[in-house]
Amino acid sequence: TSHEHKLNFRKSKEACLSYIQDAMLQKQWKRAAEFLTFYTESLEKDFSTEYMGPSEMIWRIGTEILCHYSHSSMKEFNSFIEQMKTLGVKRYLKVCLEHAFHLLCNGRTDEAYQNLSLAESWRFGEQTTAQDKELKLIQAYRGLLDYYSWSKRKNVLLEYDKDGFEDLSVEQEMHSSFRKAVVNLKEIIQIPGVWDLFVKCYVDLLEFYGDHDEARQVLSDYAYNSKFPANPNAHVYLYQFLKRHGEPKKSLISVLKILHDIVPSHELMVDFHTLLQKSKKRKKRRLGLEVIFAALDYAGWKENVKAWSCLGRQFKQIIISEKHLDWIKQEWNSRKDWWPAFHFSRYLAKKNWQENESLAYEKALVAGILLGKDCKYFKYISHQGCKDQKKRFRTLKKFVNKHGPVYLRIS
Amino acid sequence: DYHERCVQCSEVNWGVTDGGRFYCRTCHNVIERTREVVNTDVISNTRVQTISKGLRKQEKTDEGWEWYVCEGFQFVLKKQAEALEALGACPQMKDEILCNFWRRYLQKSQQAYCNRPAGEAIKVLSGCDSSTDVDSEPERPSLLHLLSFSESDGDLLTDCSFGSSTGKVSESTSVCSGSVDGSLHLMKNQKDKLRMSMPMTLSFCYMALLWLREPMTLSDLLRFVVEGHIPYLNVFQCFPEKMKLYGLDLKIFCVESWPVYEEVFNKMLQLAAFLELPRFPDITDICFLHPDMLCMKYLMEANLPDELHNWTCRVVKKIHIGETDFLTFAPGNKSTRKVKYDVLAAAVIVVVLKLLFLLDDHYEWLLSDVAEERNKNNKEDGPYFEFKKWYKVIKSSLDVEQKKLDEEKAKYLWRCEKPLFYSAKKKSKVLKRRQIVVNLQNQFGKLSGSVQPAEKPNPSSFQLNWSEENTNGSCFHGHSLKGILQEKCGLLTAMNPDYWLCTVKLCTEKLCGHLAHYRELDFPQSYHFVLRLFSFLLRIQPSYIHEEVCVIEHKLFNKKLYKKPKYNPGRRK
Repeated sequence: TSHEHKLNFRKSKEACLSYIQDAMLQKQWKRAAEFLTFYTESLEKDFSTEYMGPSEMIWRIGTEILCHYSHSSMKEFNSFIEQMKTLGVKRYLKVCLEHAFHLLCNGRTDEAYQNLSLAESWRFGEQTTAQDKELKLIQAYRGLLDYYSWSKRKNVLLEYDKDGFEDLSVEQEMHSSFRKAVVNLKEIIQIPGVWDLFVKCYVDLLEFYGDHDEARQVLSDYAYNSKFPANPNAHVYLYQFLKRHGEPKKSLISVLKILHDIVPSHELMVDFHTLLQKSKKRKKRRLGLEVIFAALDYAGWKENVKAWSCLGRQFKQIIISEKHLDWIKQEWNSRKDWWPAFHFSRYLAKKNWQENESLAYEKALVAGILLGKDCKYFKYISHQGCKDQKKRFRTLKKFVNKHGPVYLRIS
Repeated sequence: DYHERCVQCSEVNWGVTDGGRFYCRTCHNVIERTREVVNTDVISNTRVQTISKGLRKQEKTDEGWEWYVCEGFQFVLKKQAEALEALGACPQMKDEILCNFWRRYLQKSQQAYCNRPAGEAIKVLSGCDSSTDVDSEPERPSLLHLLSFSESDGDLLTDCSFGSSTGKVSESTSVCSGSVDGSLHLMKNQKDKLRMSMPMTLSFCYMALLWLREPMTLSDLLRFVVEGHIPYLNVFQCFPEKMKLYGLDLKIFCVESWPVYEEVFNKMLQLAAFLELPRFPDITDICFLHPDMLCMKYLMEANLPDELHNWTCRVVKKIHIGETDFLTFAPGNKSTRKVKYDVLAAAVIVVVLKLLFLLDDHYEWLLSDVAEERNKNNKEDGPYFEFKKWYKVIKSSLDVEQKKLDEEKAKYLWRCEKPLFYSAKKKSKVLKRRQIVVNLQNQFGKLSGSVQPAEKPNPSSFQLNWSEENTNGSCFHGHSLKGILQEKCGLLTAMNPDYWLCTVKLCTEKLCGHLAHYRELDFPQSYHFVLRLFSFLLRIQPSYIHEEVCVIEHKLFNKKLYKKPKYNPGRRK
């Protein structure tokens, strides 16, 4: 006879674990802690080959409970984590890393730094190579904290500078932090991955000490190295750097072009458009129109006054110069079916007028040109604007009326 | 006892020293023969072992004594007997009954009290000494035990040798244990000798209780074990300091699951047969284990009307399960089915409930409404029993208690302070782990406010208590069954005319191990509820009670089930 109902150690602990999980899901931390007390003896029978054994369970569950349970103190947490570190040598560095994160989240930067330094010097035969990834992360975060202390000291020096003071010891410390930081930061960004924060800090350091070439190299690598995952931020950082250093527009445009390809709705698209409009080249200006239309395809841009104003300005330019009306036609072709409902409904007209007159003005211009003076949106807005005797709306009305046939030419 | 002439003075005048050795009273010559002193106390090996030649190995460093597995079990039994005594069993339990059963077992299993087969050299692989390299000494002649007896040593009948028997231990099994014969104990060929195990200690206890006809059923015993009133889990903690446990001993003495009723019961049957015990003392109608008595107890505990007792007695009488011959345990008699007193009594009550209430998920509720109606007009008599009310009260209590029990099971602490390890190498790791566990228990215990382990509940025979003093009407003992009975020919009979059988045909026990099987979905919910209630009280699976119910029903309705064709009386000569 099989005694499946027989209560044994394993079943008893399984039941205990499910009580813990239930309590945690219902945020009953005290109850979870209570059952965890009885679960801990599983450690003495940690022979399981399961994916997650008792020691890992206890580490993760215990961490959750201590984080959420208001009665626990940082000291308790630390002592708990120190015990967890001794439990699983295969997990040692991971525990150290997460411990450091926790300390940082609680503002204990110095302690976090100490922990990371200690972890960095850990050696355990084969395990050291097996946990190589975690070790690199630990070094990287320590580098980050070195940057942070560098930054603090830099600010202190700047303050002193204002008041005309000098402090050699602070300066020395600052340089020392710099040296420590660059080593680790440089290491980590060489590994394919997303290292936005690390890259920014590293570049900041390089810029401060005047190594612009290296900085540019780093940023270009980060943006263009095909081994790295596609990351819009990389291009943004590069753009910002180039802009800071007064690079020619051509370089800026080439960077932003890639950004446009990856993320047409990026907030820098307005800047991009402005850059493009300044160009003498026709192709660039054509691109500009494409860029701004593409941005406004996204719901997040619906109420972006600047974007609408850019589009409106380019429209005016095109109309007044009487050149390249076909550009507008090309762009509008794929949009004429859905933009009216998307941007220019009567409901939106009322809403925009109520909430943001400038927005309404800019949109009305675009609507008037694309759809004519009889379209819902333009009618409503210009009526409202003229009723309020706002001068610019009268000007707008005149303009659209004059160039009214434009829409005929393009639809 | 010993009548050899002294080598020194040729006298035959032997005495025994405190150390158990024989000495000549005339010339004070001490010889190496020792007398075995059997005592249920655990005392140093020097007295308990018989040594003929060779050196007595003294304690080596802190390794402790050399002890045999059966000594360990002897100790366990002693502790259990003391606990039973503390629970109210009579003192004979420990010093006479249990002790004698144990001795008989040792004799039958040839571990002691027996004549050694002649000329056979007995070797025992002693426990590994962690400081020596086992490989270099594959077969250390163990210093204790090169025992060989010849037939001429007739006086050895009363002596015993605690060696393990037969056969050479394979040299390749250099397994370690604190006990001398741990590895031998675990070897398979012990089946016919009924190898001793932890669950079997409870079989011994139950057998002793049964012999003395103590008011404790097997389910009571097992419940007391789980509640911690009877040493079982971690009982090795009480072993003397010098009796070191490690390695294979853990497999023998460490328990990692709660004993199961069936297992303990069946082992007891095997044990009684193995020991060739005679018929046990009679179970008569004044014994606690008699179904009439147990039914009374269970009716009270289930909060059912006392009047139901009349009905249970009637059923017991009708199917003859109250008879002494049926109830008394006769190990030698293989044809009779052995009685589980507690399960039997519970099953009788279930049958009675079925007789009166049908329990088909319809009738019992209708009947309850009838009783309710009658209660409205009922001024003189006490309240009539209403199934519905009883169900509500019991269900909520049962749910609460079951939930408590489930949580207790999840909170069970299996480990103890005394650390155990398979080998000396593992010792430090085990101790370290233990320390971490204790720290964590303290930390999270404080956090949740449950540092102190819950107090052991006082041992009680009753798990559910219902008091008639409660004015909220939740005690049904005094309720009358008149609400559901009718008068017929001056007798009160059940209004219910029907009955449904749990099973039309019983299984063959030999083939599938049981006489009947239970699947909750196949039966009415009320029936399942009642099974669940007794299942909780007895701490056994509902299927065991169900099986017993089937057997009782088949006895009760025997004539209808096994109808034989009528014969013409006129033909008889």
